Amino acid sequence: MVRLAAIPALRWGPWLTAAGVVALVIWSYHGTRVDVATLLSGEALGQIAAYVSKLFPPDLSPRTLRDALDGAVETFAISLIGSVLSVCVAFPLALTATRTILYRGILYEGQRLGPGDRAVRLAVYAVAKSVLAVLRTVPEIVWALIFVFIVGLGPFPGVLALGVHTGGVLGKLFGDVLEDVDPRPLEALQSTGASRLGIVLYGILPQALPQFASYALYRWEVNIRAAAIMGFVGAGGLGQRIHFAISLFHEQQLLTLILAVYLMVTLVDALSAWLRARLV
Amino acid sequence: MAGPVGRYPDSTGRRAFRYLLIAAVAVTFVLSLRTAQVDPRLLLDPQALSNVARFVSGALPPRVDREFLAFLVRPIAETVQISVMGMVLAVLIGAPLGLLATSSLTWRGILHERATRAGRVLGGLLPYGLARALLSVFRSIPEYVWAFMFVRAVGLGPFPGVLALGVAYGGMLGKVYSEILEGVNPRPLEALHAAGAGKSGVVLYGLVPEALPHVVSYTLYRWECAIRASAIMGFVGAGGLGQQIELSMRMFQFDEVLTLLAVLLALVGAVDFVSGRVRAKVVG
Repeated sequence: MVRLAAIPALRWGPWLTAAGVVALVIWSYHGTRVDVATLLSGEALGQIAAYVSKLFPPDLSPRTLRDALDGAVETFAISLIGSVLSVCVAFPLALTATRTILYRGILYEGQRLGPGDRAVRLAVYAVAKSVLAVLRTVPEIVWALIFVFIVGLGPFPGVLALGVHTGGVLGKLFGDVLEDVDPRPLEALQSTGASRLGIVLYGILPQALPQFASYALYRWEVNIRAAAIMGFVGAGGLGQRIHFAISLFHEQQLLTLILAVYLMVTLVDALSAWLRARLV
Repeated sequence: MAGPVGRYPDSTGRRAFRYLLIAAVAVTFVLSLRTAQVDPRLLLDPQALSNVARFVSGALPPRVDREFLAFLVRPIAETVQISVMGMVLAVLIGAPLGLLATSSLTWRGILHERATRAGRVLGGLLPYGLARALLSVFRSIPEYVWAFMFVRAVGLGPFPGVLALGVAYGGMLGKVYSEILEGVNPRPLEALHAAGAGKSGVVLYGLVPEALPHVVSYTLYRWECAIRASAIMGFVGAGGLGQQIELSMRMFQFDEVLTLLAVLLALVGAVDFVSGRVRAKVVG
């Protein structure tokens, strides 16, 4: 901020930004009908406290624990298979959505492409890019709704939803990695007369794969959270059981299920961090 | 592959460990395939294909008549408002907890060189541990679960959405704030300390100026995520575009769903653009 103020031409920038932020907050404050006075005067706090007290103690009967365990295992499975599927979706799309692989850069310095060939490759690139954009912009829960409509209830639509949405996210990240690889090994390969495929296989991919693995593991951590809520629209796992527990006012079971979500998320975070330390 | 190698000096042990790891991953994968009831044939089932056809033909063309678009203004505004107020609340929750959860502020490092052992544990370690635990609970429960519970506690509308975002994102912000603060270069702090600055002086003139750009940048990045989250929190009745997407989906009005998704795309794009511009200025 200090640096900005030192540039005379931008003197008004910070103030305008600040004013914009304040206006945005005021507008939002009124729009969301947040009433700090009521909140602090106790009515809302009382409601929240009353609700929280109903959550305790958690229901630890064998039946509920069994149900929570089943849900947790299902959530884990959805997140894992969904993440694997997302890599399968992302990998081919990322390769076709990378300019330096498809039509320009070191790979094409030696032999230029004909105009027709180049146009086809540009079109492939544009299509892959827009597919990725659509996949990742539609939230996973909307994908889940759509897949529940197509293949019916159960964990499978959850897997598909995670695979498709995360496939879009990973595809973009993978593409960025592919475009950013160190060009020097590629030049070395090219000077030894390696083909384009050879450069991709032995120059680009070996540099990119550790990053791919790291991103995939990171998205797995995101996916375990997503898998835990997917059930809200009928796609299995803990979310479905949480939905029932909330809808049927079984607050003590709800707390058990939330504890299961917490344990599951913590477990996957630790597992992913451990694997990442070994892989990358 | 570099890090852990040293821990297994004999290569047979290392190899055995690696095979064991691969086997464990493979078994977990196969078991998960069964648990998740993965069945690709379902996708090629005539019923599924006709559902796809029904969805696509229902969605095209998207509904863009004036009445529907005018109706959308309110949910769009609400989505933005929930995200903004949610972030304000998240900062209010995340900043104090994040400060407490910073080890260099509460019990470790140059600020506490002269503190006694008991003083460190009671005055520092205890609030530090509590803040960490609280942040961990806040961020580990997904915002939709928070939203659902707040809907139960305070009723339908945008307010439970704000509370849910505030709590869940407060947990994330607090953790990242503390990481940023712990990552600050300690030398200027030591210099201030040596020059006779008190604790608050070190924090205000050493820590804050170094950390602030990163804090602002990360908060803006989180706002980009918050707009997505607030758009779908409506699925559990917490207002915004999500509520409308859910309704249209349940009523099989796929042409409305398509319009809503396009609106969401534009909204997310706009927020990414604004936030990206501001971030580039703050950090750049």
